[in-house]
Amino acid sequence: MKYLTDIGGYAIMVFDLFKKPTKWRIMKNLILKEIDELIFGSLGIIVFISFFIGAVVSIQTAMNLTSDFIPKNLIGFATRQSIILEFAPTFCSIIMAGKVGSFITSSIGTMRVTEQIDALEVMGVNALNYLVFPKIIAMMLYPFIIAVSMYVGIFGGWFAGVFGGFITSADFVEGVTIDFIPFHVTYSFIKTFVFAFLLATIPSYHGFYMKGGALEVGKASTTSFVWTSVVIIITNYILTQLLLA
Amino acid sequence: MIEVDNLYKSFDDANILKGVSTVFDTGKTNLIIGQSGSGKTVFLKCLLGLFKPTEGVICYDGKKYGELTDTEQRNLRQEMGMVFQGSALFDGLTVEGNVMFPLEMFTQQSKSEMEDRVNLVLQRVNLIDANHKFPSEISGGMQKRVAIARAIVMNPQYLFCDEPNSGLDPRTAIVIDNLIKEITEEYNITTVINTHDMNSVMEIGEKILFLKDGLKEWEGTKHEIFKTDNQAVTDFVYSSELFKKVRQMYIEERN
Repeated sequence: MKYLTDIGGYAIMVFDLFKKPTKWRIMKNLILKEIDELIFGSLGIIVFISFFIGAVVSIQTAMNLTSDFIPKNLIGFATRQSIILEFAPTFCSIIMAGKVGSFITSSIGTMRVTEQIDALEVMGVNALNYLVFPKIIAMMLYPFIIAVSMYVGIFGGWFAGVFGGFITSADFVEGVTIDFIPFHVTYSFIKTFVFAFLLATIPSYHGFYMKGGALEVGKASTTSFVWTSVVIIITNYILTQLLLA
Repeated sequence: MIEVDNLYKSFDDANILKGVSTVFDTGKTNLIIGQSGSGKTVFLKCLLGLFKPTEGVICYDGKKYGELTDTEQRNLRQEMGMVFQGSALFDGLTVEGNVMFPLEMFTQQSKSEMEDRVNLVLQRVNLIDANHKFPSEISGGMQKRVAIARAIVMNPQYLFCDEPNSGLDPRTAIVIDNLIKEITEEYNITTVINTHDMNSVMEIGEKILFLKDGLKEWEGTKHEIFKTDNQAVTDFVYSSELFKKVRQMYIEERN
């Protein structure tokens, strides 16, 4: 019953956040601030993780190529496919659910606890529009992060493969380019846009409607991470079934 | 003037307000007192429109809040100023940003006009040279003043204060009390203060509403509170020896 209430509450929140929009003069600054915090603030961790995951994928593929009949360029091919199809869009989103999601829930939750949201509502401001809408718009730049993640991940694979002595640079590049299906990138970015919306709204829901004090802010952040991850994983399955199967 | 008629508010099975009726006059400081859990904050939040009453009517200068459209309710809220217990200042904005916030949201004023207005209200609450400080960089008393400045910057018709003195030293508390009273008279607004502070009751309570277990137990002026025989009120207000003596002296002086 609680899950149904939450799903209904989430739907109402999404509907309400478009009501009574904040003045563009103010909204513009809020969006820029959110882009700085949510997008540029996440670049470092995403670049770091993508590089090493790409490297590990490359090494593990190389270590499992025990047959001489399998061409070496498979290392580049496997790295590209893993990074573009799943690692960059899906697993980066799980990481972002932890980093960005917790930040959103705790910042909005703290505003709830300290009555700042009540202050907005008393003034006649649509607090949902003021707090959540700029985050959604900012997260529409999330595909930029994922594009960087794809590039850095494949570069990490090349770096580990070539400098680890598993493959030549030419073979890796051939593997990366072989049998390339452009729709896979489209599929990946479609997923990214959907995940961006989920990453902005689910943590906001948990922060905005939380009750209690400082302890509950921490609990709400944890719950928000769990639910954002669960919804991303399920949505990933549904979108993959719809777009690739 | 705010008229409250037969106000009920329940959360699930818990009945918090059980039919409260009262009138808060314009140009007066109206105080709501009562023990913790008596329903004061819920009552105040109903007045602010943050809680929808289960039953009953709240009229703002003849306008029934429950019958207004969403837009009319939002417009009415722009005529309300609120000072929260913890000040509720926006952490990410400076003192100037906090006070300017309602002007930026709801007026078409130029930047310089808004700055002039902000400086005027900050001077009114005796806050100078704090414009560019963040809430975390100023004291609790200064935060309360900023909250008052933010509440009055739009020239509200109604000012609500939830425990404006909590966490303040007695001297600062008196300064804040007097400031609220002066502003109420100066701007001729309807002020409703939710308080536990008996000093506030004695100093600025032009009308006092005493709530007990969600019911109106007593109402009157600060002078009448000395004379009342209502046991619940006297137990609450004169719980300290000091106030018992003050009351005794007041009664002897009158006789």
